[in-house]
Amino acid sequence: MIICPTFTEAVRSNAMSISVDEVKKIAHLARLGLDEQEAQGYADSLSQILGLIEQMNAVDTTGVSPMAHPLDMHLRLREDAPTESDQREKFQKVAPSTEAGLYLVPRVIE
Amino acid sequence: MEWETVIGLEVHAQLQTTSKIFSGAATRYGSEPNTQACAVDLALPGVLPVMNREAARMAVKFGLAIGARINQRSVFARKNYFYPDLPKGYQISQFELPVVGLGQLTIEVNGEEKVIGITRAHLEEDAGKSLHEDFHGMSGIDLNRAGTPLLEIVSEPDMRSPEEAVAYLKKLHELVRYLEICDGNMQEGSFRCDANVSVRPKGQKEFGTRAELKNINSFRFVEKAINYEIERQIDVIEGGGKVVQETRLYDSAKDVTRSMRSKEEANDYRYFPDPDLPPLVLDDAFVEETRATLPELPDAKRERFQKEYELSHYDAGVLTATREMADFFESVVKHAGGGAKVAANWVMGDFSAFLNKDGVEIANAPINAEMLAGLIKRLQDNTISGKIAKEVFEAMWAGEGDADTVIEKRGLKQITDSGAIETVIDQILADNPDQVQQYRDGKEKVFGFFVGQAMKATQGKANPAQLNELLKEKLKG
Repeated sequence: MIICPTFTEAVRSNAMSISVDEVKKIAHLARLGLDEQEAQGYADSLSQILGLIEQMNAVDTTGVSPMAHPLDMHLRLREDAPTESDQREKFQKVAPSTEAGLYLVPRVIE
Repeated sequence: MEWETVIGLEVHAQLQTTSKIFSGAATRYGSEPNTQACAVDLALPGVLPVMNREAARMAVKFGLAIGARINQRSVFARKNYFYPDLPKGYQISQFELPVVGLGQLTIEVNGEEKVIGITRAHLEEDAGKSLHEDFHGMSGIDLNRAGTPLLEIVSEPDMRSPEEAVAYLKKLHELVRYLEICDGNMQEGSFRCDANVSVRPKGQKEFGTRAELKNINSFRFVEKAINYEIERQIDVIEGGGKVVQETRLYDSAKDVTRSMRSKEEANDYRYFPDPDLPPLVLDDAFVEETRATLPELPDAKRERFQKEYELSHYDAGVLTATREMADFFESVVKHAGGGAKVAANWVMGDFSAFLNKDGVEIANAPINAEMLAGLIKRLQDNTISGKIAKEVFEAMWAGEGDADTVIEKRGLKQITDSGAIETVIDQILADNPDQVQQYRDGKEKVFGFFVGQAMKATQGKANPAQLNELLKEKLKG
């Protein structure tokens, strides 16, 4: 169950294919760099998946609740107590840049 | 044209757990940067989230308090977007199946009650914080907050004015604090609000296009931001334009809302169920155990205060605004053995004023319920007058001991001995023959002068009622 407007729209409208532009949009949202050839390749593969989904759509699923997880199990819950100790020094040793306890990243500001 | 405003609010309440929602890192506010960010919070490879039971319990507690349907099977989903304070590249949230379903909250505006629907409330994790001060052109990231449990509470678009929005927000704020699931601190960001605002011609059924306002971190700003936004949207439409659906940031310094264009494209979050987390299933026992922990809720308490203590609607409202205040008031009445109205006036009056003045919480106030009750007892048995009581109160606040100690030490016991008061009056009348003559000539205003003199002579300790009576008698001549 992928809830991506571009993708689900394609499924709902029973479109047999997904366009190269749609692939590029999804790739951009996922920060994946694709060249033209790769984009075309993914458009073809994803369209085939849509085809499979269309076959599955033909099955009557009335009364079947959507699956949220492939394993038939529940979430295990833990008690609310801090169990982690401060390991900042260790973690920051592998960080590219830190200062005053902060991780430094290329400037982001609205 | 007459316009109608439609408002829906999304509130993020940080849950008061001691550890994070999916990791064992502590959630204490104000710690050194990144000292409470563990491998799970940092999204290091190979880690897995393990859900905090208390966070689930708090969400259910909230759901029960608003009479909502509790979804005993709910699902966590990944909300995908990229920002440096979100190390995983997705936020664990709930999408299609939130833990709390449809509920409601009753607000009161200008004496009228109105029911506001709450669409849903879902559990999710908070992100870290980005600091944009000068780090050589870089941004600093503190991930202590990353993974702190949040309950996102989404209202129906049921509010029709900024006043209603503020009333709803205050009611919600009061409720989460009563439930002890959120400390409600807006400055520290534990209770945050986004507002969806649109306008439409009065009478039109369809909603107008809405804008989402972010960064509103006080009750006052909610009202101001919405007011600004309403005027902006009406101006746009009346100027022949169209309102664009977008996210806008409220700038409290300039009192305007600004478009956040960068947010536009990112609105495609590509939610999908988190494969790391199977469904959250809560059995009946869990729900019933949680129900048993529900305190008396604000509305019920308010009603009881009016009945049990014969307080006005207004007074009961003020006293039940927080659980601490309500408990304090009840404790004072209990210790004083009655005198609810007097106790109410002291708690709402001087006591609250001194709390505000010194910026202290009830729990840390220098006067506890028993001490205030002691003062009220001395007022009621006529040991001291109301005026003297203020002096005693201030002395108690300054740490001079309980009411009896202060009264004894400062010699504030009221003079109720008629003979003693008469002696004082006789002396004053003898010293001021002119004023006595004026009074007897019909200038009754001079009466206040005599009262003042008598109070001065007794350091305010003469019983006011007795003094008035005796003075009138003596002045008749």
